[in-house]
Amino acid sequence: MRGRIHFAQPPMLRHRPRQILHQGLHQGLHQGLHQGLHQGLHQTLHQTLHQTLRQILNQSLRRFVQVAPADAQPTQEGRPAPKQARSLPAFRPGLTALGTLVLVLTALAAMPSALFADASGWPTPPASEAPKPQVSGPLQGGTADHSKFEELKGPFANGSEVTEACLGCHTETGEHFMQNIHWTWSYQDPNTGQQLGKRYLINNFCTNSRGNEGMCAQCHAGYGWKDEDFDFSDETKIDCLVCHETTGTYYKTPNSEGHAACSVMFEGKEPIDLAAAAQSVDLPQRANCGSCHFNGGGGDNVKHGDLSTALIEPPRTLDVHMGADGLNFACTACHVTNKHIWAGSRYNVVSKDTEGTGLPGQRTDVATCESCHGLAPHPVDSLAAFKLNDHVQSVACQTCHIPEFARGGVATIVDWDWRTAGKTRDGEGYHEEGYIQGNGEHRYTYKSIKGDFTYDENIVPEYDWFDGQMVYTTINTTFDPNADSIEINGFSGSREDERSRIWPFKRMHTWQPYDKGHGTLVYTHLWGEDEAAYWGNYDMGAAIEKGMADFGLDYSGEYGFIETISWWPITHMVAPKEQALACGDCHAPQDSRLAEVKGIYLPGRDRNAWLDNLGTILVFGTLGGLLIHAGIRFFSPKGDHH
Amino acid sequence: MALHRVKIFSLFERFWHWSQMLLIVVLLITGFGLHGFHNLLSFEQAVTLHTGAALALLVVWAFGTFWLFTTRNWRHFIPTASGMWGVLRYYSFGIFRGERHPYRKAYWRKHNPLQALAYTMLKLVLFPAIWISGLAYLFYFAWRDIPDATAWLEGIALVHTAAAFAILTFVFIHVYMLTTGHSFRDHVMPMITGFDEVDLTPEEEAYLRKDEPEQIR
Repeated sequence: MRGRIHFAQPPMLRHRPRQILHQGLHQGLHQGLHQGLHQGLHQTLHQTLHQTLRQILNQSLRRFVQVAPADAQPTQEGRPAPKQARSLPAFRPGLTALGTLVLVLTALAAMPSALFADASGWPTPPASEAPKPQVSGPLQGGTADHSKFEELKGPFANGSEVTEACLGCHTETGEHFMQNIHWTWSYQDPNTGQQLGKRYLINNFCTNSRGNEGMCAQCHAGYGWKDEDFDFSDETKIDCLVCHETTGTYYKTPNSEGHAACSVMFEGKEPIDLAAAAQSVDLPQRANCGSCHFNGGGGDNVKHGDLSTALIEPPRTLDVHMGADGLNFACTACHVTNKHIWAGSRYNVVSKDTEGTGLPGQRTDVATCESCHGLAPHPVDSLAAFKLNDHVQSVACQTCHIPEFARGGVATIVDWDWRTAGKTRDGEGYHEEGYIQGNGEHRYTYKSIKGDFTYDENIVPEYDWFDGQMVYTTINTTFDPNADSIEINGFSGSREDERSRIWPFKRMHTWQPYDKGHGTLVYTHLWGEDEAAYWGNYDMGAAIEKGMADFGLDYSGEYGFIETISWWPITHMVAPKEQALACGDCHAPQDSRLAEVKGIYLPGRDRNAWLDNLGTILVFGTLGGLLIHAGIRFFSPKGDHH
Repeated sequence: MALHRVKIFSLFERFWHWSQMLLIVVLLITGFGLHGFHNLLSFEQAVTLHTGAALALLVVWAFGTFWLFTTRNWRHFIPTASGMWGVLRYYSFGIFRGERHPYRKAYWRKHNPLQALAYTMLKLVLFPAIWISGLAYLFYFAWRDIPDATAWLEGIALVHTAAAFAILTFVFIHVYMLTTGHSFRDHVMPMITGFDEVDLTPEEEAYLRKDEPEQIR
């Protein structure tokens, strides 16, 4: 498999693993209904209902999936599916009413056995014994072995020479690639018009890449971006290898030297065998995407909380889709790709997908759960499943199916304090370890260059209505300088808004520098060889002064620290269904996961205290009255108590 | 007029009564669990049992209502003031003095006036309140997009819960009443065997003896 680029199957076949899912779903539905009805109901009723439901199901499902004709339907457990309706036995009117009632009651009596049965009847998805290649979406199989190409024999002096070799055959890829966000680091929100993208934004981790590209643009999918002079129209500057090489030996270093105290960290690395890397190209594996996305914010899982190195080879219990012993999805299985543009965006979130799977040939443009699982994702084999499918309107899939994030032994940073940055020992910066995470690794809890960090793992998310729209506090946003806290990316959503659903979030809290005089965030000059660069010189005032001046931004000259919050929608680390939240995790009077969510009446969580008090008084008052009545009867000499 | 043992509860009526009893007990236990009063069952188990029992009860009621009207048995439940005072006086006074219950079952009037009123109110007020609100509750997601759906749901939940409290109260009084008069057993047996003592006119007795001998002992 290695060293090959896989090409698409004929377009008439369904894209993505959706196909498999659909068949699974179909079987699940079919079996679930069959068994549920069979257990509970009388044979006659069973056959009628079974036939009708089977017809409806088949008709609706056949529209979406290519399934075998009804006669070739898979039978389950050796029991043949009835091929045609048998005529109903003649009704004897006298027994009809009673018979039906008996049926209903039998069904009810049979319910508890179904209720208390093992909820994890089958693993989701079934664990596979032999490891298989990562599933990357539409492209499966492969038609070329890149280790056989003369063009890739090398030797290559640098990455750009490899890129030129790639573009020699993949003639349009350069054009395509330069449109995407991995290259532009720029995104304009179509609704708010805000200029977003890593190139411009300020976050509440390392704050800003702008002016620090020499360091930060290690994660730019290109070569050599260190300042404003980078040529975004030069195709040879594209870095193909970081996403496609599979030797695991490829790495990137900062594009500029930086302060001597920092650059020492990147010295003495093994040279990269570029020819070997070039010949190893494949569709991106989790490790490729993860080399940046698992290390956002400056370290393993620091930023997102649901994207860590634990996902490089995760067990299916950590992520049911990516599990190496399960479905083994690569990132692109869901983040489907068209001309090097990927589906799925934190800037433009589809919080409620109302289209589902679409028709064959459609819908390869989103990374939503519904685009594979459909709009009624729970196999309808119980009353609870009916209700669960209703919940899809109000509750994002992630809310129940990602019970906790930062699982798998890798912690995430939840609190960052820049106020303590800049302490030195003997004039040198230093760092301290103070947290041992689940996998045994030690994490830094203080760095002179960044301040104090607080870590957490296995975190219960925050929940709120979310319509998919983020509104950022950018470098151009002014706010009250005396505000208690600033939302880096506030979001909107409510019960009344039909696009909104209840979503899980990681909440990131930071004390970070800002312009106290003007009430704006600031670009901080962190990386550089000059004397203003914070990393090495530890003068926050000078670093902000230069960070702002370099981009012609107005700075009052007075900086302070302000509390900022950022919100990270949680969507990875989907647990197997056995580990999904139970109804009672939200529908509970105490400790409801949704205790803080407004705009809803949540049965079990909510009640009318007046009614409950009156009702309790009524019931116990009645009981008391009856007791008194009984007492008088008992003690009155002529009382009626034979 | 003379007392005879006559079948006053048909097989269907007894089945109706006891299945209704069973379902209401299940509904009360699971319902107050869902409301957060106890944790005997998980929320999912409680929802499943509650919904299943509710749908079964609706079927029972559909058949029961049909039966009431097609067999003319609904006439037993017409409220009347005649004799009400005697019954009220008996429960609040006479019962303590060992008096005899003032009411005698008649062939076309098997409930005393207080019973008839109570059952009628149950059938016309409490039961409709709980099943209409319950169905609206169950199918919330079908109407969640109307304006002020949350407020409506809150109101529906209020009606549903209030009706549940009232029905629980009814159950306690209903069961307590079985201990009055004769023995508890004497009150329960008619709903099992179908037979109870009824004051028959000579004509009624003659009719039963001749045309429906299996209805009279």
